[in-house]
Amino acid sequence: MILLELFLTFFKIGLFTFGGGYAMLPLIQAEVASNGWLSQEELVNFIAVSESTPGPFAINIATYIGTETGGILGAACATLGVVMPSFIIILLVAKIYDKFRKNKGVQGCMSGLKPAVVGMIGAAILSMVGTVLFPKGIMATDALQNPSLPISIILASAMTVLAFKKVHPIIIICISAAVGILCGYFLPFLTIA
Amino acid sequence: MNKFKLALQLFSVFFKIGAFTFGGGYAMIPFIQKETAEKRKWITEEEILEIIAIAESTPGPIAINSATFVGYRVAGFWGSAFATFGVVLPSFLIISIIAMLLQNFADLEPVRFAFFGIRAGVLALLFKALWTMYKKAPKNLISYIIMGASFLAVAILKINVLIVLIGCALTGLISSLIMERRKRA
Repeated sequence: MILLELFLTFFKIGLFTFGGGYAMLPLIQAEVASNGWLSQEELVNFIAVSESTPGPFAINIATYIGTETGGILGAACATLGVVMPSFIIILLVAKIYDKFRKNKGVQGCMSGLKPAVVGMIGAAILSMVGTVLFPKGIMATDALQNPSLPISIILASAMTVLAFKKVHPIIIICISAAVGILCGYFLPFLTIA
Repeated sequence: MNKFKLALQLFSVFFKIGAFTFGGGYAMIPFIQKETAEKRKWITEEEILEIIAIAESTPGPIAINSATFVGYRVAGFWGSAFATFGVVLPSFLIISIIAMLLQNFADLEPVRFAFFGIRAGVLALLFKALWTMYKKAPKNLISYIIMGASFLAVAILKINVLIVLIGCALTGLISSLIMERRKRA
């Protein structure tokens, strides 16, 4: 019953994601890992795809995982799942939105959820840093097992500078791809791909 | 104008918004404002600000929240259904095609090399996203404690993400109630 599983998993992800952008990342990471739907490396790859295509990350990742695991029907179920909670809740809230927003309880919960999302995204990113910098595992003590470490660190740092200078994500991804291809052909001994 | 026509218009406007915004969420807000408030006067500028506030205090992606909200304001239930379908459809079509292409091209050597570089670039985008989220979070002692605790709980203790979320929401609720009471006393 992969279709039902996709729908329910993404329903849960939609229901418990507060705030835009990558607020979804920790939950997706946990679900994807426990179901074995994508490897961590594939997830990082897909973030790049999502940044270079239109539309929200939530819909993109739901459609992608759905397609990979259950074809076009899987994509439909996953996407419907991630959309449903917001849709229903907004319909309920739209009528009383002023009261809802100024409600002390809602404000209190949000004051806890906002910093929680920051901490959890931090944790998700930390594990992704591990995957990207140490593709053969951080325990591979022999430097030769992680020969790509210097290139990855230099590239990630340079791109971080660009990202904070408000360079568009698509340009950052294009530069990174070009550097990856150049390294792959000219410095193959420093590349793991 | 009858509701069905309005619903179709909502669909096409939100389809356009979904097809032309990269990065989703907040990147969509100026576009939504231009298309629905400025051009069509479906909603007011103040309502746009309210949508952002609502989207931030309800679960789910901002794109879906705002499409549903605007659609509902303009044409009731069917308005919200058509607007939401419209904003989702472009991503759905594009990503379904890309997923099939990736399956065929992912093993090619240049593609593997490109993704080797791209993964490092994605880290940069994630750092930036983390910084953006940090700036939006409240800046007080409790908030910093929650940030640190939720990071440790997920990164080191590997506690279930949902449990951490619920715990932090309750912590925020309780601490705000205590502060409220202190203010009154």
